[in-house]
Amino acid sequence: MEVNAEARRILAVSISKLYASRTQRGGLRLHRSLLVSLVMRSARDIYHASRESEAPGAPTPQEPMDSSPSSEEQKQLPPQEAEPAQTEPQCALSPAPQTAVEAEECACDSEITEDKENMSPAARQSRKRRSKASAAPDFLPSKRARLEPGEERYAAPLGSCRVGASCITSCLFPHNSACCASL
Amino acid sequence: MAGVAGGNDFQWCFSQVKGAIDEDVAEADIISTVEFNYSGELLATGDKGGRVVIFQHEQESKSRPHLRGEYNVYSTFQSHEPEFDYLKSLEIEEKINKIRWLPQQNAAHFLLSTNDKTIKLWKISERDKRAEGYNLKDEDGRLRDPFRITSLRVPVLMPMDLMVEASPRRIFANAHTYHINSISVNSDHETYLSADDLRINLWHLEITDRSFNIVDIKPANMEELTEVITAAECHPHQCNVFVYSSSKGTIRLCDMRAAALCDRHSKFFEEPEDPSSRSFFSEIISSISDVKFSHSGRYMMTRDYLSVKVWDLNMENRPVETYQVHEYLRSKLCSLYENDCIFDKFECCWNGSDSAIMTGSYNNFFRMFDRNTRRDITLEASRESSKPRATLKPRKVSTGGKRKKDEISVDSLDFNKKILHTAWHPKDNVIAVAATNNLYIFQDKIN
Repeated sequence: MEVNAEARRILAVSISKLYASRTQRGGLRLHRSLLVSLVMRSARDIYHASRESEAPGAPTPQEPMDSSPSSEEQKQLPPQEAEPAQTEPQCALSPAPQTAVEAEECACDSEITEDKENMSPAARQSRKRRSKASAAPDFLPSKRARLEPGEERYAAPLGSCRVGASCITSCLFPHNSACCASL
Repeated sequence: MAGVAGGNDFQWCFSQVKGAIDEDVAEADIISTVEFNYSGELLATGDKGGRVVIFQHEQESKSRPHLRGEYNVYSTFQSHEPEFDYLKSLEIEEKINKIRWLPQQNAAHFLLSTNDKTIKLWKISERDKRAEGYNLKDEDGRLRDPFRITSLRVPVLMPMDLMVEASPRRIFANAHTYHINSISVNSDHETYLSADDLRINLWHLEITDRSFNIVDIKPANMEELTEVITAAECHPHQCNVFVYSSSKGTIRLCDMRAAALCDRHSKFFEEPEDPSSRSFFSEIISSISDVKFSHSGRYMMTRDYLSVKVWDLNMENRPVETYQVHEYLRSKLCSLYENDCIFDKFECCWNGSDSAIMTGSYNNFFRMFDRNTRRDITLEASRESSKPRATLKPRKVSTGGKRKKDEISVDSLDFNKKILHTAWHPKDNVIAVAATNNLYIFQDKIN
């Protein structure tokens, strides 16, 4: 139980660090973001493991979380579980800045969601038109090339994204490609 | 020879301190790198404001030959300015990440200084003579009236007050997408390498518009990124060999003769992790912050958050020596994560004979380890012990319940006073320790 609480606290601290690093001078520090994301992953794994050991018979607990400040970081967990409902670029790009930005705003959510109504805002985003929300995180200016007549716009491979965007997403969701590739 | 512990035969004492005394430290004045040149005559510091200050060792005075000379300011210049990357809408900090001297080949001195994106080669030269007696000009520069010139004279070189000029001779830019963490001059004195988080480039000192990419660990899909390059250094004698360390606590030694792209290492150094000490922060504290070859080229030393390790280049599976710098912090990792101290990148250095190593810690403490006697000592860089030639008293951090008289408890340590950068004179027992905005110079007590 104590491990659980510590894991949650570390998750909260880590998210605020990632969020703060977006605005620091000199740009996103790749090394530091990677280390923070590793800590977050350890904390998340331990948190999951301890929750599973608490309720071993419940495959998808539907009960809502308590309204506590620390439940805000559960934002990170729903996008993971809700992945099957999203397309690949979405789960890569949109949850990260969305969850960071909305951590303070949103009320608590249920931890594991199959329930559309209670999907995290990030997951719900997939139904919005892509042009606005998905192309780049909101803190980077949007620069899309002008198309020649007859050319089609296609989804850019993730690896070629600006360093800033891809760093955050890659740091937060290193397993994304594995999850989405299995669809 | 450097004996480390405060025995009867060897002690460290205060020599000088450079920098302002006020409590309010301007961020731009924080020293970010310290480096002696090859002879030890010059000592360069770089700061967060992009400035480089070079100190020169004065000759010992004839009247008091038993005292070592002092280091005085020789040259100060603005190496890097803040820049803005318009394409990415990101600021590029002017902070000097590293300075490396070139071996001296003529009267001028050359050094490489780098910020996150651009490396510059600076020439520092002295001018102590001025030509006087021009035919067409007066001494104040005004043109002489041609009708007044009745005879021809040869200009004579007259002494003038010494002027030290620093001029940028080469600018090596636009080769790094990520932040540069290391530069290292090769033993061929013609090339050098620069390393960022994911790539290492090899440059020729004369050529600024091209560089060879020799290591690239960027994955095709950035989401698969698991480690970054944290430091790199050229071997001191073999110009084809270099090493780079990673955030996973591993070191790779590469041979440039094997292939153009050295993605496959020749040697891979890693110590197996102790499973009993696993925690949330195991990965962070195993990240290597500095790697340095010994002067002999036989060993290399790595610094991670809690320890310094010495590796024999012939043995890849574990280090030959491990020294704990501040093991008492292991139980405090969670707080150190919250206050960001766990991300501090400490450097380490060898003494001239490779018999001792030094690294910094918190509370303005720095640690020295004697490799032969296995003794270690903790000293403090503070204004209180800054009387000329005052012997430094060894410090101790109390780890158990009972705190002895002169010990300091872990909770009283000031984590804002960190010594990240230290340098050891290549020949003598003189050390330079950067404590935030102050540079302390200590030397051995000559009995």
